[in-house]
Amino acid sequence: MKEEHFQKQIDTEQKIEPKDWMPEQYRKHLIRQISQHAHSEVIGMQPEGNWITRAPSLRAKMILLAKVQDEAGHGLYLYSACETLGISREKLVQQLHDEKAKYSSIFNYPTLTWADMGAIGWLVDGAAIINQVSLQRTSYGPYSRAMIKICKEESFHQRQGYEIMAEMAKGTPEQKTMAQDALNRFWWPSIMMFGPQDSESPRTGNAMKWKIKRQTNDELRQSFIDKTVGQAEIIGLKIPDPDLKWNEERKHYDFGEMDWEEFWNVVNGNGPCNKQRLAHHKKAHDEGEWVRNAAQEYAKKQESATN
Amino acid sequence: MNSLIQYTLRIADSSLILGQRMSQWCSNGPTLEEDIAMSNIALDLFGQANGFYEYAAQLDGSRSADELAFKRNEREFFNHQLSEQENGNFGTTTVRNFLHDAFNFLFYTELASSKDETLAALSAKSLKEVKYHLRHSSNWLIRLGDGTQESNMKVQESLNFLWQYTGELFEMDEIDNEMLDEGAGVDNNKLRKGWDEIINSTIEKAKLTRPVDGYMANGSKKGIHTEHLGFLLAEMQFLPRAYPDAKW
Amino acid sequence: MAKNATVWEVFIQSKNGLAHKHAGNVHAADKIMALENARELYTRRNEGSCIWVVKSSEIVSSETEDSEAFFDPSNDKMYRHPTFYTMPEGSKHI
Repeated sequence: MKEEHFQKQIDTEQKIEPKDWMPEQYRKHLIRQISQHAHSEVIGMQPEGNWITRAPSLRAKMILLAKVQDEAGHGLYLYSACETLGISREKLVQQLHDEKAKYSSIFNYPTLTWADMGAIGWLVDGAAIINQVSLQRTSYGPYSRAMIKICKEESFHQRQGYEIMAEMAKGTPEQKTMAQDALNRFWWPSIMMFGPQDSESPRTGNAMKWKIKRQTNDELRQSFIDKTVGQAEIIGLKIPDPDLKWNEERKHYDFGEMDWEEFWNVVNGNGPCNKQRLAHHKKAHDEGEWVRNAAQEYAKKQESATN
Repeated sequence: MNSLIQYTLRIADSSLILGQRMSQWCSNGPTLEEDIAMSNIALDLFGQANGFYEYAAQLDGSRSADELAFKRNEREFFNHQLSEQENGNFGTTTVRNFLHDAFNFLFYTELASSKDETLAALSAKSLKEVKYHLRHSSNWLIRLGDGTQESNMKVQESLNFLWQYTGELFEMDEIDNEMLDEGAGVDNNKLRKGWDEIINSTIEKAKLTRPVDGYMANGSKKGIHTEHLGFLLAEMQFLPRAYPDAKW
Repeated sequence: MAKNATVWEVFIQSKNGLAHKHAGNVHAADKIMALENARELYTRRNEGSCIWVVKSSEIVSSETEDSEAFFDPSNDKMYRHPTFYTMPEGSKHI
C-alpha cells in the first residue's frame, strides 16, 4: 500500500521529500549515492589543490582556487541533502575514513603537470556535468535541488579546464606535449567515471525504477564521448583511442574497450593515490579536532552565560 | 626606483604573500565551512594584490603584473615579514591574520583618502574586504582563546611567537615619509593607537595575555626576510621560471 | 570525542523586496559562525542582501501523515478563488 503510493509518486514525477514514506532500500541507495558524490567533491579538492600554490599567473591562481572552493561548497550541498535522510555528516565522514564509503576513482590519479588542471576541468568536470545535469531530475527532492544549484555553479569549471588545454595546445612545443600527455593519462579514467557497463552494473535496476538515476551509465558515457571528440579536434589534440570512429548508423562514436581490471583495482583501493588521498583527509580532520572542540566549548559557555 | 612604485609594490607583496599562505589551507581546514572561508580570504587577497600590481606595472611601464609577482627574487620582495610566516596550526594562522588584518584595516582606512586617486580607490575596495577579514579572525581568536584550555594555550603560544613581527608594521622609512609629505601615503606611527585598541580589546575578550614588547624583527622594506619566503617563492614562481617563453 | 556540530538552516533574501528563501544548511558551533558560514557557502556569487540562520532543531514541521487533514479541506473551498464568481458580461477592472 505504502509502497504502491510511493511508486505512484515516482511514476507521476512528484518529488519525494524527507518526511515522506520511502522504502528502506531507497533510503539506503540514496545515502550511498549522495554521500559518495559528496565525498568525491571533497576528495576531488586534493588533486587540483595540489597546483593552487603553483598556478602560473595571478589569474590562473584565482580561477583555480575559486573552482576548488566551489567543490568544497558542492560537497556541503550534498552532505546537507544526505543529512535529510537521517544520517549526520560526522557519520558520513567516519564511513569515508573507515573505507566503507567510496568516492569517484578518478581522484586517485595524480596531477603531475599544470596541463592536468586543464584535463581535469575539461574531461573530469565535463563527465561530471553530464551526470549531474541528468541528476537534476532525480526523484529525491533535496538531492535534485542540490544538483540544480551545483549545475548552475559548475558551468564555469569545464570552460576553465578547456581554456587551459587550448592555451597549452597552441603554446610552446613543451606545453603542447604536456597537454597531449595529460589527455592521454586522463582520457580512459574519465570515461570510466560513468561506472561499469550497464550489463555489469547490478544496482541500475532499482535506481532507474525509483528514478534516482535517470539515464544509464552507458547512455551517459556515450553522450560524453560524442561531445568531447569534436572539442579535442578543435584544439588539435588526439584522443588516445585507435578504435574511436563515427558510426553513421548509430549516429554515435564507437570507441575501444576500457581496461576494467584497472578500474576495479582503483575502485578497490589500489590506485596510485588512494592511500594518499584518504590520509590527507584524515590528517586535516584530526588536526582540526581541537579547533572544533574549542568552538563547541566556547558556544557552550556563551549559551550558559545568556540563559 | 620611483617611491610610488615601491610603495605600491609593498602593499601588493603583502597581499600576495598572505594570500599564498591562505591558499595553502585549501583542503586542509578544520571544517569544510572554514576551508571555504579561508579560500575566500585568499581570493580577496589575490584580488587586492592583482589591483596593486596592475597599478605598479602601469607606473613601471616595463613589467606586467604577473612579471612583478612571478619574476622577482627574495630580496626584491617587500611584504611584511608577518605575512610570510608559516601557517602553523589553525590558531597560528588565526593570530597571524588577526594581527595583520587589524593593521590593514587601519592602513586602508587612511589610504582610502590618499591624494593618489588610484591608491585611494584600490584601498576603498580592499577596506570592505579587510573589514570582513578582521571580523572573521577576531571571532576565531575569541573562540580559540576562550574555548578549551588546550586551545587557549595554543593561541597564546602563537601570539607570543608572532609578536616580534608586529613592530615592523609601524615603521617609516624615507619612501614612507616622501609619500606622506605628498599626501599620498599613510603615517604608520599614527596607526599604532588604533591598532593597540583593537588588539587589546580582542585579546581581553579572548582571555589571552598581550605579550611584552621585546625584540622586533625588521627589514622587509629593504627586502630582508625570514627564511620562509624563499621556499614560498620557489614554489609559487616555479612554472613561469621553468618555462620563460610559455604563456599560460 | 566531539559531538555532532549544530546544524543551522539558512534562508537568503536575494534582494530587498523579496522573501527570504530556504537555501540549505550549514554546520556551526555558534550563531555568529553560522551566519559567516552561510555567507561563505550561499552567497559566493552575489546572491544575497540578507541572511537568516536558525537552528534546524528549532524548526517545527507538519507531518506527511497529517497532510490530508491539513491541506485537503481547503480544496473544496473554491469560493476563496476569484475564478469562482460569475461577473456580468462586459464588466471590466474587477
